[in-house]
Amino acid sequence: MIVKRIIPCLDVKDGNVVKGTNFVSLRELGDPVAMAKAYSEQGADEIVFLDISATNEARETIVDIVRSTARNVHVPFTVGGGVRTISDMTRLLQAGADKVGMNSAAVANPQLIKDGAERFGSQCIVVAIDAKKFVDGWHVMTHGGSKDTGKDAVEWAKEVEQLGAGEILLTSVDTDGVKSGFDLPLTKAVVEAVRIPVIASGGVGKPEHFAEVFEATDVSAGLAASIFHEHTFSIKEVKDCCKRRGVNIREA
Amino acid sequence: MIAIVDYGMGNVASVQTAFEKLGYPVIITDQPDQLKAASHIILPGVGSFQAAMAEIEARQLADLLKELALTKPFLGICLGMQLLFTTGYENGLTKGLNLIPGTVERIETPQLLPHIGWNELKITDLVPSFKRFDGSYVYFVHSYAARTSAEYTVAYTDYDAEITAIVKKGHVYGIQFHPEKSAHIGSEIIKTFLNEVSS
Repeated sequence: MIVKRIIPCLDVKDGNVVKGTNFVSLRELGDPVAMAKAYSEQGADEIVFLDISATNEARETIVDIVRSTARNVHVPFTVGGGVRTISDMTRLLQAGADKVGMNSAAVANPQLIKDGAERFGSQCIVVAIDAKKFVDGWHVMTHGGSKDTGKDAVEWAKEVEQLGAGEILLTSVDTDGVKSGFDLPLTKAVVEAVRIPVIASGGVGKPEHFAEVFEATDVSAGLAASIFHEHTFSIKEVKDCCKRRGVNIREA
Repeated sequence: MIAIVDYGMGNVASVQTAFEKLGYPVIITDQPDQLKAASHIILPGVGSFQAAMAEIEARQLADLLKELALTKPFLGICLGMQLLFTTGYENGLTKGLNLIPGTVERIETPQLLPHIGWNELKITDLVPSFKRFDGSYVYFVHSYAARTSAEYTVAYTDYDAEITAIVKKGHVYGIQFHPEKSAHIGSEIIKTFLNEVSS
Protein backbone atom coordinates (compact mmCIF):
# COMPACT_ATOMS: atom_id res chain seq x y z
CA MET A 1 0.00 0.00 0.00
CA ILE A 2 0.91 3.62 -0.45
CA VAL A 3 3.31 5.04 2.14
CA LYS A 4 3.18 8.17 4.26
CA ARG A 5 5.47 10.78 2.75
CA ILE A 6 8.19 12.75 4.56
CA ILE A 7 8.87 16.08 2.84
CA PRO A 8 11.58 18.63 3.63
CA CYS A 9 10.77 22.23 2.71
CA LEU A 10 13.46 24.62 1.47
CA ASP A 11 12.80 28.36 1.78
CA VAL A 12 14.65 30.02 -1.08
CA LYS A 13 15.41 33.72 -1.24
CA ASP A 14 17.31 35.30 -4.13
CA GLY A 15 18.58 31.88 -5.12
CA ASN A 16 19.78 30.69 -1.73
CA VAL A 17 18.25 28.57 0.99
CA VAL A 18 17.74 30.99 3.83
CA LYS A 19 17.14 28.59 6.67
CA GLY A 20 19.73 25.98 7.25
CA THR A 21 22.85 27.90 8.09
CA ASN A 22 23.83 24.98 10.30
CA PHE A 23 23.58 22.52 7.47
CA VAL A 24 27.22 21.60 7.81
CA SER A 25 27.42 18.28 6.01
CA LEU A 26 27.38 19.97 2.62
CA ARG A 27 30.16 21.96 1.10
CA GLU A 28 27.65 23.79 -1.10
CA LEU A 29 26.10 25.50 1.87
CA GLY A 30 22.83 27.17 1.03
CA ASP A 31 22.67 25.82 -2.54
CA PRO A 32 19.05 24.71 -3.00
CA VAL A 33 19.80 22.11 -5.67
CA ALA A 34 22.60 20.51 -3.63
CA MET A 35 20.40 20.44 -0.55
CA ALA A 36 17.46 18.95 -2.45
CA LYS A 37 19.76 16.31 -3.91
CA ALA A 38 21.17 15.45 -0.48
CA TYR A 39 17.69 15.14 1.02
CA SER A 40 16.47 12.95 -1.83
CA GLU A 41 19.48 10.67 -1.40
CA GLN A 42 18.77 10.45 2.34
CA GLY A 43 15.25 9.25 1.57
CA ALA A 44 13.04 12.34 1.28
CA ASP A 45 9.91 11.29 -0.62
CA GLU A 46 9.45 14.71 -2.19
CA ILE A 47 10.95 18.18 -1.95
CA VAL A 48 9.11 21.49 -1.59
CA PHE A 49 10.75 24.79 -2.57
CA LEU A 50 9.14 27.93 -1.24
CA ASP A 51 10.38 31.02 -3.05
CA ILE A 52 10.28 33.94 -0.65
CA SER A 53 12.14 36.40 -2.90
CA ALA A 54 10.64 39.85 -2.80
CA THR A 55 11.35 41.00 -6.35
CA ASN A 56 10.50 39.73 -9.81
CA GLU A 57 14.16 39.79 -10.80
CA ALA A 58 15.02 37.51 -7.90
CA ARG A 59 12.14 35.23 -8.87
CA GLU A 60 13.83 34.54 -12.19
CA THR A 61 16.51 32.67 -10.26
CA ILE A 62 13.96 30.10 -9.04
CA VAL A 63 13.37 29.03 -12.66
CA ASP A 64 17.08 28.22 -13.00
CA ILE A 65 16.94 26.32 -9.72
CA VAL A 66 13.94 24.35 -10.95
CA ARG A 67 15.69 23.52 -14.21
CA SER A 68 18.78 22.30 -12.40
CA THR A 69 16.74 20.36 -9.83
CA ALA A 70 14.87 18.53 -12.60
CA ARG A 71 18.22 17.37 -13.97
CA ASN A 72 19.85 16.44 -10.68
CA VAL A 73 17.17 15.34 -8.23
CA HIS A 74 15.25 12.15 -8.91
CA VAL A 75 12.24 12.55 -6.64
CA PRO A 76 9.19 14.76 -7.28
CA PHE A 77 9.33 18.40 -6.29
CA THR A 78 6.87 21.24 -5.80
CA VAL A 79 7.55 24.95 -6.17
CA GLY A 80 5.48 27.57 -4.40
CA GLY A 81 5.77 31.25 -3.60
CA GLY A 82 4.85 34.04 -5.96
CA VAL A 83 2.69 31.86 -8.23
CA ARG A 84 -0.04 34.29 -9.32
CA THR A 85 -0.87 33.53 -12.94
CA ILE A 86 -1.13 30.68 -15.41
CA SER A 87 2.05 31.94 -17.03
CA ASP A 88 3.87 31.66 -13.65
CA MET A 89 2.73 28.03 -13.51
CA THR A 90 3.72 27.39 -17.12
CA ARG A 91 7.20 28.78 -16.50
CA LEU A 92 7.81 26.54 -13.46
CA LEU A 93 6.28 23.38 -14.95
CA GLN A 94 8.10 23.89 -18.26
CA ALA A 95 11.35 24.21 -16.30
CA GLY A 96 10.64 20.79 -14.78
CA ALA A 97 8.70 21.27 -11.54
CA ASP A 98 6.28 18.39 -10.90
CA LYS A 99 3.76 20.55 -9.06
CA VAL A 100 3.17 24.20 -8.32
CA GLY A 101 1.87 25.55 -5.05
CA MET A 102 -0.26 28.65 -4.60
CA ASN A 103 -1.53 30.35 -1.49
CA SER A 104 -2.58 34.03 -1.26
CA ALA A 105 -3.17 34.24 -5.01
CA ALA A 106 -5.65 31.34 -4.84
CA VAL A 107 -7.57 33.06 -2.04
CA ALA A 108 -7.70 36.31 -4.01
CA ASN A 109 -8.60 34.53 -7.24
CA PRO A 110 -10.01 30.99 -6.78
CA GLN A 111 -10.48 30.72 -10.56
CA LEU A 112 -6.70 30.35 -10.74
CA ILE A 113 -7.02 26.86 -9.20
CA LYS A 114 -9.62 25.83 -11.76
CA ASP A 115 -7.71 27.26 -14.71
CA GLY A 116 -4.48 25.61 -13.53
CA ALA A 117 -6.13 22.23 -13.01
CA GLU A 118 -7.80 22.32 -16.43
CA ARG A 119 -4.62 23.37 -18.14
CA PHE A 120 -2.08 21.13 -16.39
CA GLY A 121 -4.12 18.50 -14.53
CA SER A 122 -5.09 18.39 -10.87
CA GLN A 123 -1.98 16.40 -10.00
CA CYS A 124 0.12 19.53 -10.69
CA ILE A 125 -1.88 21.87 -8.49
CA VAL A 126 -1.13 22.16 -4.79
CA VAL A 127 -3.08 24.72 -2.77
CA ALA A 128 -1.35 25.87 0.40
CA ILE A 129 -3.68 26.83 3.23
CA ASP A 130 -2.36 28.69 6.26
CA ALA A 131 -4.88 28.35 9.09
CA LYS A 132 -5.21 29.92 12.52
CA LYS A 133 -7.63 29.07 15.34
CA PHE A 134 -10.34 31.57 16.30
CA VAL A 135 -13.38 31.12 18.57
CA ASP A 136 -15.55 30.22 15.58
CA GLY A 137 -13.11 27.75 14.01
CA TRP A 138 -9.97 28.01 11.88
CA HIS A 139 -9.55 31.00 9.56
CA VAL A 140 -7.56 31.13 6.34
CA MET A 141 -4.58 33.45 6.80
CA THR A 142 -2.59 35.05 3.98
CA HIS A 143 0.58 37.09 3.63
CA GLY A 144 2.76 34.71 5.58
CA GLY A 145 0.11 34.05 8.21
CA SER A 146 -0.31 37.72 9.16
CA LYS A 147 -3.61 38.62 7.48
CA ASP A 148 -6.95 37.14 8.56
CA THR A 149 -9.25 36.62 5.59
CA GLY A 150 -12.18 35.63 7.82
CA LYS A 151 -12.67 32.61 5.55
CA ASP A 152 -13.29 29.25 7.25
CA ALA A 153 -10.28 27.00 6.56
CA VAL A 154 -12.21 23.71 6.44
CA GLU A 155 -14.78 25.18 4.03
CA TRP A 156 -11.98 26.63 1.92
CA ALA A 157 -10.31 23.20 1.78
CA LYS A 158 -13.56 21.72 0.37
CA GLU A 159 -13.79 24.58 -2.11
CA VAL A 160 -10.25 24.14 -3.43
CA GLU A 161 -10.94 20.43 -3.89
CA GLN A 162 -14.06 21.29 -5.91
CA LEU A 163 -12.04 23.74 -8.01
CA GLY A 164 -9.60 21.00 -8.95
CA ALA A 165 -6.70 21.15 -6.51
CA GLY A 166 -4.83 17.84 -6.42
CA GLU A 167 -3.36 18.30 -2.96
CA ILE A 168 -3.57 20.59 0.04
CA LEU A 169 -0.51 21.78 1.93
CA LEU A 170 -1.96 22.67 5.32
CA THR A 171 0.10 24.83 7.67
CA SER A 172 -1.01 25.71 11.16
CA VAL A 173 -0.03 29.30 11.93
CA ASP A 174 -0.50 28.45 15.62
CA THR A 175 2.00 25.59 15.76
CA ASP A 176 4.44 26.81 13.06
CA GLY A 177 7.83 27.44 14.63
CA VAL A 178 6.74 26.21 18.07
CA LYS A 179 8.29 22.74 17.61
CA SER A 180 5.78 21.03 19.86
CA GLY A 181 4.16 18.94 17.14
CA PHE A 182 1.68 19.28 14.29
CA ASP A 183 -1.74 20.83 14.89
CA LEU A 184 -3.63 17.55 15.20
CA PRO A 185 -7.22 18.92 15.53
CA LEU A 186 -6.81 21.19 12.48
CA THR A 187 -5.17 18.43 10.42
CA LYS A 188 -7.89 15.94 11.35
CA ALA A 189 -10.67 18.42 10.52
CA VAL A 190 -9.30 19.17 7.04
CA VAL A 191 -8.35 15.57 6.19
CA GLU A 192 -11.86 14.42 7.07
CA ALA A 193 -13.48 17.17 4.99
CA VAL A 194 -11.79 16.35 1.65
CA ARG A 195 -11.00 13.39 -0.62
CA ILE A 196 -7.61 14.62 -1.88
CA PRO A 197 -4.23 14.11 -0.18
CA VAL A 198 -3.32 16.57 2.58
CA ILE A 199 0.24 17.44 3.63
CA ALA A 200 0.52 18.55 7.27
CA SER A 201 2.96 21.34 8.07
CA GLY A 202 4.02 23.45 11.02
CA GLY A 203 5.30 22.48 14.42
CA VAL A 204 7.76 19.64 14.00
CA GLY A 205 10.45 19.56 16.67
CA LYS A 206 11.35 15.88 16.73
CA PRO A 207 10.79 12.67 14.72
CA GLU A 208 7.99 11.50 17.05
CA HIS A 209 5.84 14.39 15.82
CA PHE A 210 5.62 12.81 12.37
CA ALA A 211 4.57 9.46 13.86
CA GLU A 212 1.98 11.27 15.97
CA VAL A 213 0.24 13.01 13.07
CA PHE A 214 0.17 9.78 11.03
CA GLU A 215 -1.34 7.90 13.99
CA ALA A 216 -3.88 10.57 14.92
CA THR A 217 -5.10 11.46 11.41
CA ASP A 218 -5.29 10.05 7.87
CA VAL A 219 -2.98 12.75 6.54
CA SER A 220 -0.90 11.64 3.51
CA ALA A 221 2.36 13.45 4.21
CA GLY A 222 4.22 15.54 6.74
CA LEU A 223 6.44 18.50 5.93
CA ALA A 224 9.16 20.16 7.99
CA ALA A 225 12.01 22.59 7.45
CA SER A 226 14.11 23.54 10.44
CA ILE A 227 14.56 20.12 12.05
CA PHE A 228 16.21 18.91 8.87
CA HIS A 229 18.15 22.06 7.97
CA GLU A 230 19.50 22.63 11.45
CA HIS A 231 20.71 19.09 11.29
CA THR A 232 18.83 18.28 14.46
CA PHE A 233 17.43 15.13 12.86
CA SER A 234 17.92 13.38 9.55
CA ILE A 235 15.21 12.10 7.20
CA LYS A 236 16.34 8.61 8.14
CA GLU A 237 15.83 9.24 11.87
CA VAL A 238 12.30 10.44 11.15
CA LYS A 239 11.58 7.38 9.01
CA ASP A 240 13.13 4.99 11.54
CA CYS A 241 10.93 6.49 14.26
CA CYS A 242 7.80 6.18 12.10
CA LYS A 243 8.69 2.60 11.21
CA ARG A 244 9.23 1.63 14.87
CA ARG A 245 5.77 2.94 15.62
CA GLY A 246 4.19 0.98 12.80
CA VAL A 247 3.72 3.80 10.29
CA ASN A 248 3.99 2.60 6.69
CA ILE A 249 6.98 4.47 5.17
CA ARG A 250 9.44 3.96 2.31
CA GLU A 251 12.94 2.95 3.31
CA ALA A 252 15.48 4.53 1.01
CA MET B 1 20.17 7.33 -30.21
CA ILE B 2 17.09 7.04 -28.01
CA ALA B 3 14.15 9.17 -29.18
CA ILE B 4 11.71 10.68 -26.71
CA VAL B 5 8.51 11.53 -28.55
CA ASP B 6 7.77 15.24 -28.20
CA TYR B 7 4.03 15.79 -28.51
CA GLY B 8 3.41 18.62 -26.09
CA MET B 9 2.25 16.56 -23.11
CA GLY B 10 4.40 17.63 -20.19
CA ASN B 11 8.01 18.31 -19.45
CA VAL B 12 10.43 15.57 -20.40
CA ALA B 13 13.71 16.90 -18.96
CA SER B 14 13.69 14.34 -16.15
CA VAL B 15 13.01 11.44 -18.52
CA GLN B 16 15.80 12.66 -20.78
CA THR B 17 18.21 12.88 -17.84
CA ALA B 18 17.28 9.39 -16.66
CA PHE B 19 18.48 7.88 -19.96
CA GLU B 20 21.47 10.18 -20.33
CA LYS B 21 22.72 9.21 -16.87
CA LEU B 22 22.80 5.60 -18.11
CA GLY B 23 25.07 6.70 -20.93
CA TYR B 24 22.58 6.83 -23.79
CA PRO B 25 22.38 9.78 -26.18
CA VAL B 26 18.83 11.14 -26.31
CA ILE B 27 16.90 13.22 -28.82
CA ILE B 28 13.53 14.82 -28.08
CA THR B 29 11.61 15.01 -31.33
CA ASP B 30 8.36 14.75 -33.26
CA GLN B 31 10.14 14.47 -36.62
CA PRO B 32 9.37 11.19 -38.45
CA ASP B 33 12.87 10.79 -39.93
CA GLN B 34 14.48 11.21 -36.50
CA LEU B 35 12.04 8.77 -34.92
CA LYS B 36 12.71 6.25 -37.70
CA ALA B 37 16.45 6.57 -37.16
CA ALA B 38 16.24 6.03 -33.39
CA SER B 39 17.31 2.86 -31.59
CA HIS B 40 14.49 3.05 -28.99
CA ILE B 41 11.22 4.99 -28.83
CA ILE B 42 10.17 6.48 -25.49
CA LEU B 43 6.61 7.81 -25.22
CA PRO B 44 6.28 9.95 -22.08
CA GLY B 45 3.32 12.11 -21.08
CA VAL B 46 1.32 13.77 -18.35
CA GLY B 47 -2.30 14.85 -18.85
CA SER B 48 -5.45 13.19 -20.18
CA PHE B 49 -5.70 10.22 -22.56
CA GLN B 50 -8.04 12.04 -24.90
CA ALA B 51 -5.88 15.20 -25.10
CA ALA B 52 -2.76 13.10 -25.65
CA MET B 53 -4.22 11.10 -28.55
CA ALA B 54 -5.46 14.37 -30.08
CA GLU B 55 -1.90 15.76 -29.92
CA ILE B 56 -0.49 12.58 -31.48
CA GLU B 57 -3.08 12.65 -34.26
CA ALA B 58 -2.48 16.37 -34.86
CA ARG B 59 1.19 15.55 -35.50
CA GLN B 60 0.18 12.54 -37.65
CA LEU B 61 2.29 10.30 -35.45
CA ALA B 62 -0.17 7.51 -34.57
CA ASP B 63 0.49 5.27 -37.58
CA LEU B 64 4.21 5.94 -37.45
CA LEU B 65 4.41 5.00 -33.75
CA LYS B 66 2.49 1.77 -34.41
CA GLU B 67 4.83 0.94 -37.26
CA LEU B 68 7.95 1.72 -35.22
CA ALA B 69 6.70 -0.47 -32.36
CA LEU B 70 6.86 -3.48 -34.70
CA THR B 71 10.62 -3.25 -35.01
CA LYS B 72 12.04 -1.04 -32.25
CA PRO B 73 12.13 -1.33 -28.46
CA PHE B 74 9.32 0.90 -27.25
CA LEU B 75 8.60 2.24 -23.75
CA GLY B 76 5.54 4.21 -22.68
CA ILE B 77 5.80 6.04 -19.36
CA CYS B 78 2.80 7.14 -17.26
CA LEU B 79 0.24 8.54 -19.73
CA GLY B 80 2.48 7.21 -22.51
CA MET B 81 1.98 3.73 -21.06
CA GLN B 82 -1.78 4.15 -21.07
CA LEU B 83 -1.74 5.15 -24.75
CA LEU B 84 -0.31 1.71 -25.63
CA PHE B 85 -3.72 0.15 -24.94
CA THR B 86 -6.76 -0.32 -27.14
CA THR B 87 -9.19 2.18 -25.61
CA GLY B 88 -9.19 4.93 -23.02
CA TYR B 89 -12.19 6.17 -21.04
CA GLU B 90 -10.83 9.48 -19.72
CA ASN B 91 -12.99 12.39 -21.00
CA GLY B 92 -15.01 10.03 -23.17
CA LEU B 93 -14.07 6.99 -25.18
CA THR B 94 -10.83 7.41 -27.17
CA LYS B 95 -8.93 4.90 -29.29
CA GLY B 96 -5.36 4.29 -28.17
CA LEU B 97 -2.38 2.96 -30.14
CA ASN B 98 -3.60 -0.61 -29.56
CA LEU B 99 -0.11 -2.07 -29.17
CA ILE B 100 -1.25 -4.08 -26.13
CA PRO B 101 -4.84 -5.33 -25.69
CA GLY B 102 -6.62 -3.61 -22.81
CA THR B 103 -8.55 -0.57 -21.65
CA VAL B 104 -7.68 2.45 -19.50
CA GLU B 105 -10.31 3.18 -16.87
CA ARG B 106 -10.72 5.27 -13.75
CA ILE B 107 -9.32 3.45 -10.71
CA GLU B 108 -12.05 1.97 -8.53
CA THR B 109 -10.82 2.22 -4.96
CA PRO B 110 -12.07 3.43 -1.58
CA GLN B 111 -8.70 5.25 -1.30
CA LEU B 112 -8.05 8.86 -2.36
CA LEU B 113 -7.65 9.78 -6.04
CA PRO B 114 -5.37 10.77 -7.66
CA HIS B 115 -3.19 7.87 -6.52
CA ILE B 116 -0.25 10.13 -5.56
CA GLY B 117 2.86 8.85 -3.86
CA TRP B 118 5.18 5.92 -3.34
CA ASN B 119 3.68 2.47 -3.61
CA GLU B 120 5.12 -1.02 -3.55
CA LEU B 121 5.72 -3.13 -6.66
CA LYS B 122 4.51 -6.72 -6.81
CA ILE B 123 6.31 -8.52 -9.62
CA THR B 124 4.73 -11.40 -11.54
CA ASP B 125 6.64 -14.31 -13.07
CA LEU B 126 6.45 -12.87 -16.61
CA VAL B 127 9.94 -11.33 -16.81
CA PRO B 128 12.44 -12.90 -14.38
CA SER B 129 14.90 -9.97 -14.53
CA PHE B 130 12.25 -7.72 -12.92
CA LYS B 131 11.81 -10.10 -9.97
CA ARG B 132 14.39 -8.22 -7.90
CA PHE B 133 12.08 -5.17 -7.80
CA ASP B 134 9.45 -7.07 -5.84
CA GLY B 135 8.74 -4.94 -2.75
CA SER B 136 10.45 -1.83 -4.18
CA TYR B 137 8.71 1.52 -3.81
CA VAL B 138 8.14 3.74 -6.84
CA TYR B 139 6.35 7.06 -7.40
CA PHE B 140 2.85 7.07 -8.91
CA VAL B 141 0.63 10.01 -9.94
CA HIS B 142 -2.57 9.03 -11.78
CA SER B 143 -6.31 8.47 -11.52
CA TYR B 144 -6.73 6.12 -14.48
CA ALA B 145 -5.10 2.73 -14.91
CA ALA B 146 -4.79 -0.05 -17.46
CA ARG B 147 -6.95 -3.15 -17.35
CA THR B 148 -5.20 -5.88 -19.23
CA SER B 149 -4.51 -9.59 -19.22
CA ALA B 150 -2.07 -11.31 -16.85
CA GLU B 151 -0.13 -12.41 -19.94
CA TYR B 152 1.11 -8.80 -20.34
CA THR B 153 1.45 -7.83 -16.67
CA VAL B 154 5.02 -7.61 -15.35
CA ALA B 155 4.13 -5.75 -12.14
CA TYR B 156 1.20 -4.31 -10.25
CA THR B 157 0.63 -2.41 -7.03
CA ASP B 158 -2.02 -2.53 -4.34
CA TYR B 159 -4.21 0.52 -3.68
CA ASP B 160 -7.21 -1.34 -2.36
CA ALA B 161 -7.44 -2.16 -6.06
CA GLU B 162 -4.91 -4.01 -8.16
CA ILE B 163 -3.23 -1.36 -10.29
CA THR B 164 -1.21 -2.33 -13.37
CA ALA B 165 2.32 -0.95 -12.92
CA ILE B 166 4.52 -2.49 -15.67
CA VAL B 167 3.34 -4.20 -18.85
CA LYS B 168 5.11 -5.91 -21.71
CA LYS B 169 4.21 -7.39 -25.06
CA GLY B 170 7.27 -8.43 -27.04
CA HIS B 171 9.65 -5.46 -26.98
CA VAL B 172 6.86 -2.98 -26.19
CA TYR B 173 6.93 -2.01 -22.50
CA GLY B 174 4.79 0.33 -20.44
CA ILE B 175 5.47 1.78 -16.99
CA GLN B 176 2.57 3.48 -15.17
CA PHE B 177 4.66 5.13 -12.45
CA HIS B 178 7.48 7.66 -12.95
CA PRO B 179 10.82 5.82 -13.00
CA GLU B 180 12.54 9.18 -13.53
CA LYS B 181 11.08 10.34 -10.18
CA SER B 182 11.58 7.08 -8.31
CA ALA B 183 15.10 7.73 -7.02
CA HIS B 184 17.78 5.06 -7.54
CA ILE B 185 15.29 2.23 -8.04
CA GLY B 186 13.71 4.03 -11.01
CA SER B 187 17.05 4.14 -12.77
CA GLU B 188 17.55 0.41 -12.13
CA ILE B 189 14.15 -0.31 -13.66
CA ILE B 190 15.01 1.67 -16.81
CA LYS B 191 18.32 -0.19 -17.01
CA THR B 192 16.48 -3.51 -16.74
CA PHE B 193 14.14 -2.52 -19.59
CA LEU B 194 17.15 -1.57 -21.75
CA ASN B 195 18.87 -4.88 -20.98
CA GLU B 196 15.73 -6.89 -21.73
CA VAL B 197 15.18 -5.33 -25.13
CA SER B 198 18.83 -5.60 -26.11
CA SER B 199 19.02 -9.34 -25.51
